[in-house]
Amino acid sequence: MPNMDPKKCPMPSQEPNVRNKNFQEVALGYTAEMAVNEAQRCLQCKNHPCRSGCPVDIDIPGFIAHVAKGEFEGAYKVIAKSSALPAVCGRVCPQENQCEGKCVRGIKGEPVGIGRLERFVADWYRENVHTKPEMPTPNGHKVAVIGAGPSGLTVAGDLAKMGYKVTVYEALHVAGGVLMYGIPEFRLPKDIVQHEVEGLKELGVDIECNMVIGKVLTIDELMNDYGFEAVYVASGAGLPRFMGIPGESLNGVYSANEYLTRVNLMKAYKEDSHTPIMKSKAVAVVGGGNVAMDAARCAKRLGAETVYIVYRRGMAELPARKEEVEHAEEEGIIFKTLTNPVEVLGDENGWVKGMTCVEMELGEPDESGRRRPIVKEGSEFTLEVDTMIMALGTSPNPLIRSTTPGLDADRHGCLITNGPDGLTSRPFVYAGGDAVTGAATVILAMGAGKEAAKAIDKAIKEKEQ
Amino acid sequence: MFKIIRKEALNPTVTRMVVDAPLIARKAMPGQFVILRAGADSERIPLTVADYDRAAGTVTVIFQVVGAGTMELNDLPEGGCIHDFVGPLGAPSKLEGLKKVAVVGGGVGCAIAYPVAKRLHELGAEVHSIVGFRSKDLVILEDEFRAVSDKLVMMTDDGSYGDKGVVTAPLEQLIQAGEAYDEVIAIGPLVMMKFVSLTTKKYGVKTTVSMNPIMIDGTGMCGGCRLTVGGETKFACVDGPDFDGHLVDFDEAMKRGGTYREFEAHAREEYCNLLNKEVQ
Repeated sequence: MPNMDPKKCPMPSQEPNVRNKNFQEVALGYTAEMAVNEAQRCLQCKNHPCRSGCPVDIDIPGFIAHVAKGEFEGAYKVIAKSSALPAVCGRVCPQENQCEGKCVRGIKGEPVGIGRLERFVADWYRENVHTKPEMPTPNGHKVAVIGAGPSGLTVAGDLAKMGYKVTVYEALHVAGGVLMYGIPEFRLPKDIVQHEVEGLKELGVDIECNMVIGKVLTIDELMNDYGFEAVYVASGAGLPRFMGIPGESLNGVYSANEYLTRVNLMKAYKEDSHTPIMKSKAVAVVGGGNVAMDAARCAKRLGAETVYIVYRRGMAELPARKEEVEHAEEEGIIFKTLTNPVEVLGDENGWVKGMTCVEMELGEPDESGRRRPIVKEGSEFTLEVDTMIMALGTSPNPLIRSTTPGLDADRHGCLITNGPDGLTSRPFVYAGGDAVTGAATVILAMGAGKEAAKAIDKAIKEKEQ
Repeated sequence: MFKIIRKEALNPTVTRMVVDAPLIARKAMPGQFVILRAGADSERIPLTVADYDRAAGTVTVIFQVVGAGTMELNDLPEGGCIHDFVGPLGAPSKLEGLKKVAVVGGGVGCAIAYPVAKRLHELGAEVHSIVGFRSKDLVILEDEFRAVSDKLVMMTDDGSYGDKGVVTAPLEQLIQAGEAYDEVIAIGPLVMMKFVSLTTKKYGVKTTVSMNPIMIDGTGMCGGCRLTVGGETKFACVDGPDFDGHLVDFDEAMKRGGTYREFEAHAREEYCNLLNKEVQ
């Protein structure tokens, strides 16, 4: 008999006024009992619309049926067929727009907590099962992957399972991409990311860090000198945008990428960290996406008394996940919406002391369908802050395209691919994730990796015949 | 992990390390840099490639021990390993086609100026090197500079070696004496590069400086190293580190360089205390 509670089984979490002072995970996860209870809310419906909402097509009713019976290992095996990073996706996917957005139970109540269940299964497996995966039989083919973010790791995992010898080249000193440097510890603990990376190594994937492709080696060298038959470019979209307003070079103005990299990758939040970060009193984060929420919540945890989100449209237009906005509000982040900075103000020593802002109102929708913000005449005011974090979005780094002849990119610097399989303008060079789409989500990057792995396998097999 | 093949003190505060890094050695060019982390918890610090040996597969870095990060690096023994070593990063210096060049180096910046002078010499340019140090016991790479320079001017602030004074004075004298340089290349502390640029601007001599802002990733993903050059924002790690000295906003760069001064002083003290404890 299914559990007909219209609401999701709640997930325990740290209290807002406790968690906004530490970097430990906010959401604490289900107990086995809660997981079984929640799994029983799944109706096991025949046409399972949830699956169509999952970019990597996990057999959702299949794994949930196992959870409902307490068969957690069985559940993990179902998920592992489709996803290489379940502990990550269960935590950071925007499920409300994906699997849970399509759940039948969501019509008359809350959808099944698919993300929470996926997370539970992955966490349970990590804590309870320590058998190493079986090494696949090698098929004698070599593929190189550029970038160890979610897209690159997915392609590597899928190809390794098919028997390919995969080498992943990563520019930073650890693998994980945005999972390590971008998403904070309190949303995604870093040892969980590293555990999933270790799982790939056990499948035989080589991960070479400290390798900036385009500088130390080019794609042509990988293919001509190192014998890689195909290359997958998953270098992401890591180039930050600034506003181009006066005062942006003052001390105390960060890109969100820099701020988050210092905090997350270099662990600047720890007392004994060797990497410094500003100890701010009042912080303005400019932007309204998930990255802005992450930066604001980090600033609060680092001890800032006042943290503003400054966004030029309204609350309804915030591009961040609703849950992230709610968490930020609970933790005391102040939302200054319909506000846009026009100048950063500095003191005589070159430090930020405030910013001049204007109020905005919303006009007609622009080509993106969002209502265009218009400056209100005579609405200038000053916001006193000592730190400003620019979270205005990122675009792909030009390093790969500028060092690979014949690799076409669009005017935004995104690599152009031939449809969903990810083939670029160069034979046997594939691309996916943010390098193609511009900044998007972890799970879309993983979905692109899955499609590309299939396409690369097909292309290499065809060449052989 | 990257093995330290050789380590030597060039003066009481400057160390040269020859590091086993064959892939980087194969590609490195003068003007480029590496990012390294001495140990598993260390900060990422940028150091310019001071030399490379493609056949031996080694890259040389020369650094001044100024704070916790460089102290940690300096404590690694010959035969020991640097945890992370990434490169070559940044754009190589554009040296081809230059016929007559003044290379101006200041302090540990001479370690970066030297490979530039060497490369220019190899390319057949006439090289005049002007190198400045605080005092005699801080002089580095004198023989190396002499070997690749058509003219070498040694300066010390206190006059304990070579001529007394700063590097801008002999540079100005040479220009006034009619030495027609295609370009002046200045590498050293920001204040020195600023004054070299102000000096050459008067005479309209093209001047290139090698900027050294705070960096983290060194690959263009954070903008921590941004500078204003000719009114535009540039990332030193990808657009530089070489820039037109007449266009760089040095005052802004100097202010940005001091962002973490307090933290750095604290970290240095902590590290020293740690060492003292170990000694006891």
